[in-house]
Amino acid sequence: MLKFMEGSRAIAETVKLCRPDVVAAYPITPQTHILENLAEFKAEGQANFEYLKTESEMAAASAVLGASAAGARVYTASASQGLLLMTEVLFNIAGMRLPVVMTCANRAVSAPINIWNDEQDAMTLRDAGWMMFFAEDNQEAADLHILSYKIAEATNLPVMVCMDGFSLTHTFEPVEIRDQKLVDKFLPRRKLISGQYLNPQNPITLGGISSPENYMPAREKLHQDLIDSKKMIQKFFTEFNKLFIKRKNYNGFIEYSGPRNPKLMIIAMGSVLGTAKTILNKEKLSDKVGVLKIKCFRPFPDAEISKIILSIRPKHIAVVDRAVSLGQGGILAGEIKNLCPIGMVSNFIVGLGGRDITPEHIEKIVKLSLNDKACTTRFYDK
Amino acid sequence: MIEIRLHGRGGQGTVTAAELIAEAAFQDGKFSQAFPSFGIERRGAPVEAFARISDKPITLHSKIYEPDYLIIQDSTLINLDLVRQGVGPKTFIIINTEKSAADFKKIFEKNTIQTIPATQIALAILGKPIINTILLGAFAGVCGLLNPASLTSAISARFKKEIAEKNIKAMNTAYCHCSSNSEYCFTAEKCTIAVDGGQKFSVTC
Repeated sequence: MLKFMEGSRAIAETVKLCRPDVVAAYPITPQTHILENLAEFKAEGQANFEYLKTESEMAAASAVLGASAAGARVYTASASQGLLLMTEVLFNIAGMRLPVVMTCANRAVSAPINIWNDEQDAMTLRDAGWMMFFAEDNQEAADLHILSYKIAEATNLPVMVCMDGFSLTHTFEPVEIRDQKLVDKFLPRRKLISGQYLNPQNPITLGGISSPENYMPAREKLHQDLIDSKKMIQKFFTEFNKLFIKRKNYNGFIEYSGPRNPKLMIIAMGSVLGTAKTILNKEKLSDKVGVLKIKCFRPFPDAEISKIILSIRPKHIAVVDRAVSLGQGGILAGEIKNLCPIGMVSNFIVGLGGRDITPEHIEKIVKLSLNDKACTTRFYDK
Repeated sequence: MIEIRLHGRGGQGTVTAAELIAEAAFQDGKFSQAFPSFGIERRGAPVEAFARISDKPITLHSKIYEPDYLIIQDSTLINLDLVRQGVGPKTFIIINTEKSAADFKKIFEKNTIQTIPATQIALAILGKPIINTILLGAFAGVCGLLNPASLTSAISARFKKEIAEKNIKAMNTAYCHCSSNSEYCFTAEKCTIAVDGGQKFSVTC
């Protein structure tokens, strides 16, 4: 049933549907409402997970690492400085091949201190070995959690679901909270394989020291498995679509909206996409501009993006980034430039630290891009 | 799509009012969205909240700069640039005040203005100056888009029974003060607002 609720509430309700065994987290704006709701479910007896109040984000990440290593289905959430404090543990979770699922309520990173939204926190962790999905709206954010558990447990890889802080977490919109029976059907209990989890009856070591001859193959395997996980992502998105969404061309990687042969393709992730798509209804722009949404940032859908660029052949591309690799440029733009000829990609860094992005900004970005032969990277907010 | 911007002070329930408006629209079968202006919360400081109502799904996630409806919860905020920003001749303005609309004509020359003594209604019915359900009623009354039954279910979904009942009465009072829906207002449980001689309002239940 479609319900009107806050984004954070929708995430908490959906996490409850996934029946985690252990939830451990430390509050930080704008992720806090998710935890408060989960704590409420626990206190009211609506859910029976272990709820661990930890002393820091690093402890929270460590607690879910341990619980996941012991075979539990686990959940945590963080943002900004909290996510950065988890960094060391997050690399370990991926290296130890633990199917942890977490939410990042995307927020800017200090200094200066800023509690508002951009995507610098998650993008800074892009090399940690986690799968990363970005949600456009609260429905997608909620659904991605169910999918993430399924994919994580099938691949033994952790998944981070990224949703823009405030502009999604604190926004009330209609969300369909999925049916518990269907979720149980799609996502049964985590299957444990003997010798692959911590068990006193069958002791093993996870994450021990690794010599030069073993370390590199382990990292290569992690890299390859992340790339190979695309098959599982597609498989489970298709299954999920059949059960819950029933939409044409639903996939786990990219979505293109717009004309068949646009002059300009805007590429973006997260909640800015909804605002960018308003351009598709503008009279003079609707036949010139298309919008490509990147849903999955790790593993990076390079083949899927190349295919769509080659099939609709935009003359120019504008990548809208909400995170910067300082000293280089927009992080998503860097990835797209890898796939395109020189002289094709302009980069707009927008919305840092909660700076609002309006349809008018997107229109100006279109105008600037159509004449941008120099392919500049610019911090754009006017 | 209708865009609504609310201005109040921290602690006045500005965000709750936006949520109630959007929730009522949702209960009415429309698409809607509500969100706060994401600030650092301080009691008494000026705050903003936003709501959108549409017949189609709403994908937009930006703030509202040119509102169709401007709701001012505290009339001492009127002189702020933030409040006046983007107010065009078509913006409908709702102000919580004991004064009449004519008193604000100098400030908003071209606009249609509806005043409502929301604080007085709240004190008379709820016993506390909490005005969000009253502004919901006033908004629904002037815009005429929402069925009063949807307002009632939005309030019932949010508050416990006893508190909800009082708030429905408060909402009805505001709705019927601002609306021409005489059929509903004939039977709705409400208080009446009277202007006594000069400009002063009084609320009788």
